[in-house]
Amino acid sequence: MTPETATPRDGYFGAYGGQFVPETLMKALHQLDCEFKAAWADESFRADFDRALREIAGRPSELYFAERLTRDLGGARIYLKREDMNHTGAHKINNTLGQALLAVRMGKQRVIAETGAGQHGVATATAAAVFGLDCEVYMGSEDIRRQALNVFRMRLMGTKVVPVESGQKTLKDALNEAMRDWMASVETTHYVLGTVAGPHPFPDLVTAFQRCIGSEARRQMLDREGRLPDMVVACVGGGSNASGIFKPMENDTDVQFVGVEAGGRSMHLGDHAAPLCAGSPGVLHGSLSYVLQDADGQTAPVHSVSAGLDYPGVGPEHSFWKDSGRVEYTTCSDDDAIAALMRLSETEGIIPALESSHAVAEAIKRAPSMGSDEILLVNLSGRGDKDCNEIQEILKRRGNGQ
Amino acid sequence: MSALENNRIVQAFADLRAEGKTTLLPFLTAGYPDLIATAELLAEIEQQGARICELGIPFSDPVADGPTIQASFTAALEAGVTLAGVFDIVKQYREVGGKLGLLAMLSYSIVYRHGSEAFCAQAAEAGFDGLIVPDLPLEEAGRFAEIATAAGMCNVLLIAPTTPEDRKLEIARHCSGFVYYISVAGITGERKALPLETIESVRRLNDQIDTPVCVGFGISSGPMVAEVCKAADGAIVGSAIIHQITDAVNKGLDRAAMVDTVGHFVGELIKPVL
Repeated sequence: MTPETATPRDGYFGAYGGQFVPETLMKALHQLDCEFKAAWADESFRADFDRALREIAGRPSELYFAERLTRDLGGARIYLKREDMNHTGAHKINNTLGQALLAVRMGKQRVIAETGAGQHGVATATAAAVFGLDCEVYMGSEDIRRQALNVFRMRLMGTKVVPVESGQKTLKDALNEAMRDWMASVETTHYVLGTVAGPHPFPDLVTAFQRCIGSEARRQMLDREGRLPDMVVACVGGGSNASGIFKPMENDTDVQFVGVEAGGRSMHLGDHAAPLCAGSPGVLHGSLSYVLQDADGQTAPVHSVSAGLDYPGVGPEHSFWKDSGRVEYTTCSDDDAIAALMRLSETEGIIPALESSHAVAEAIKRAPSMGSDEILLVNLSGRGDKDCNEIQEILKRRGNGQ
Repeated sequence: MSALENNRIVQAFADLRAEGKTTLLPFLTAGYPDLIATAELLAEIEQQGARICELGIPFSDPVADGPTIQASFTAALEAGVTLAGVFDIVKQYREVGGKLGLLAMLSYSIVYRHGSEAFCAQAAEAGFDGLIVPDLPLEEAGRFAEIATAAGMCNVLLIAPTTPEDRKLEIARHCSGFVYYISVAGITGERKALPLETIESVRRLNDQIDTPVCVGFGISSGPMVAEVCKAADGAIVGSAIIHQITDAVNKGLDRAAMVDTVGHFVGELIKPVL
């Protein structure tokens, strides 16, 4: 135990986390914390959740040996945890099914969510439809324009998509707007936060619902190879897919973890979305964590080719893991992510999401210098169908698109 | 609390209570539409008979504020308003003899970035008399109240309609200057009427504690100020005032005319409690 964890405070990971929210939300957060703890300890809730993961999300997701990519790179054996095979195309559904079940348990008939690229919005809309809940999703008007297909998918499932015109009109502003809604509707509404950020208990709760990724991968790895991987790589925006795969192997100290943030166009403030690699501790969206801010504490603009990583903050447990050294954090540029997307498509017939392509790029970089007896596990957190228009545009601009 | 003996906010409520009076607490966004306008508006508000005024420090990601105040924050930030700029204008206001009790209302994101000690020292030195940090609830406040009061400033905490009764008293115990009672669950913004139970809850709280109680969120007219002040020591009006400023700016009024219009509006708001 490190000194930081020796005296754990509820809702804190070392120095990070907390509940930096207006008093109006404190009662709801307290209630959510109690309800979640009770639900998580309740066998029947866990059985309902497991069934939802199996029958709705389609879990367990495959652990796939990327044989051609491994041969190409000539180093570590590369495995992919296929979260892209889940219903709705990413790991997001794990969390929304869990939170929707929690909403039902709390007797709340309405759920709200924020979304950037629309993946979490679609996953929330899906869970709401399955359990018969009213659903409204806040989405920046800029993102609505860029992700028209996901907006249509949400609407098909009966969700109301609310355009957000404030601030930069992207993910962080959608989150602000969802928090505002929740302050006025807290008695009847559950807020389905999409990542491991936000005020306590959201980081705990979302990690709990996402840890199925790592629990499965751990078991599958032991079945397949008779041992655990040497290295696990995951992309980090808010950090939920990374938390999901890291957490169940946190105490397997021989397993090295690498988190990959969005390096964007350059490492100048405003050109990337890498708070852990280039930011400093600060308060945003209800918790203390690494954040990209200017000297006055104003949130800095961020950029990534991947809308899902385009966020100036990160979950507090990642900040703790950064300081403790349990996870190594690095960045991957827009260009390297796109190149990784193309390479995985060509060698394995898998089109990864742009977010997940950041993790694939890091694996491509590291595998050749690892031994052929070593195992590198990549969390392939989502599929790239949603990004095809964007990639087509980018390739067209470069003059090599078809 | 000896550090607060000469505090303008503490003094204002001591005077008002001695006279059996209540008051209006106007809210301005610092630097909206620009810093010079803020200085002139402060002078005008003092002229209209207010004793205390809140200055909202613009923040990129406000969560408790409604669309009117958020838009004013965005405009001020786009115009380049910084914390240092706000401190300068408050200093100037004090140099010309400004007597309002001034509270800075701001996100903890900004305080944390500067560090609580450094921030409180600078705010007090600039001429602020109190702080309201809405996203710093009791559990996270730690030594913050101590640091603020040691610098000679009140630390005002918020109570919401969702706050349980025993917690209300706990919050009130940690407050100095006054207790900020949020009238409705939700965000700032003008409303036509306040829930009846709010007035009742405020009266109950005010009977139980010595610290003055002020009510904010949703108050937008003189009659509403009068209604609230039957139970509270003060009524806080924000969005409705910012709305007036925005309208004046949109109409193309020059600074003097804008200040006049807003001054007239504040005069109407404060009339029932003068």
